[in-house]
Amino acid sequence: MNGGPVARLDNMTKKNGAAGPQGNKRGNNLVVPGDDLGDSEGFEAGHGVLVMSGRLKALKQGKLREKGRTISIEPVHTRYIPRPGDLVIGFIEGCTNNLWFIELGAPFNAILPMSLGPGKVDFGGTRSVMDIGDAILCRVQEVEETHSSVVTMKGMGLRKIRSGVVEEIDPHLLGRIIGKGGETLRRMKAETECRIVVADNGRMCMETFR
Amino acid sequence: MIDENGVRADGRGPGDIRPITIETGVVPVADGSCRMTWGTNEAIVAVYGPMEAHPRKIQRQDRAVLDVAYNMAPFSTTDRMRPGFNRRSREVSKVTQDALESVVLLELYPRSKIRISIEIVSAEAGTRCVGLTAASVALADAGIPMTDLVVSVASGKINDVVVCDLNKEEDNYGEADLPMGIMPNSGELVFLQMDGDLSQDEFKQAWKYNMDAAQEIHKLMVEALNGGDSQ
Repeated sequence: MNGGPVARLDNMTKKNGAAGPQGNKRGNNLVVPGDDLGDSEGFEAGHGVLVMSGRLKALKQGKLREKGRTISIEPVHTRYIPRPGDLVIGFIEGCTNNLWFIELGAPFNAILPMSLGPGKVDFGGTRSVMDIGDAILCRVQEVEETHSSVVTMKGMGLRKIRSGVVEEIDPHLLGRIIGKGGETLRRMKAETECRIVVADNGRMCMETFR
Repeated sequence: MIDENGVRADGRGPGDIRPITIETGVVPVADGSCRMTWGTNEAIVAVYGPMEAHPRKIQRQDRAVLDVAYNMAPFSTTDRMRPGFNRRSREVSKVTQDALESVVLLELYPRSKIRISIEIVSAEAGTRCVGLTAASVALADAGIPMTDLVVSVASGKINDVVVCDLNKEEDNYGEADLPMGIMPNSGELVFLQMDGDLSQDEFKQAWKYNMDAAQEIHKLMVEALNGGDSQ
């Protein structure tokens, strides 16, 4: 860690230098929205960067990264944006006769139709299967242009979370939890003897077998 | 309020601003937050979102909506403020929202809402400037994409002399007040109001004071965002 701040669950979200990978060509340049990042000629704008009148402009606060010809910003704080295929942990925020509304930590709630729910559910019986406040492990099936998304619980390992704890961090810091090739996560599972599920929306579910 | 040498009642020169401190991450539960003190003004701003917009009728299919609530605490002034919203707070909320809509990339989050709560804890003069400046820092702290920060600062006229950053007496007994919201990197304006009369030359002088002060304040904002509280 080069003596730098250590990324921990309780200090990973704010400005402590523990966010994101380290080391790049330009060094750890900190930028704020509106900063001019130079001529766009020969460069591509990555995450948090915009090309305006031939100049690269920072849109977010964070660290500047240069990978090949792409200039991007490693933000200090991000919000999860759903993508199809993501494994996510959500909380049920509401339900109607035939669907549930799922809170994923994204700017928009997802829907879980009765047909994609766990097992067989009768019309009007959604609340008896999963009620408001319940945590579920599900997968993003579809994201529309208007950002409304559909999740599914049909699939291997997708279920209602009945025990354990759910923790949350910023999604761009998940790499720190997982480690290279999943090494950190594997060691964490072995040391704690817990079942740990790391979801793409920055939520983790930890259950013990004891 | 200003003597023949151009020294104001509080000892400042015509172009000087009051001392400013900016601190980010002061509200742990918020996505982004900022505490800003400007002279004896103090504002705390919290930003939540982007999140699902409720009620659904306020949702816009092509962009996010900003929900700005400016409020002065009852204890923020020497005369007790009546709690709750009033005509003035609605007006300040509206102009702050309009100013911030010019810089935030709302079209990235259709159908969602970004809630900005501006709470004035201590008020002297120029609280709308403090609120708007602090709100832009809090938005940046929340990781909301913006084309630039916004710096808001006011100049005015006292005893026929144009001065920058009016204090309470200068604001109450002065002849004019010109608050501006400036994008410091491009020098573009996102907000301008004027109270009282200024001649063309006086307006240009007030404009120059505001532009110069904006650059100074922008440095403090960058410093606060990039770590460490700015003094």
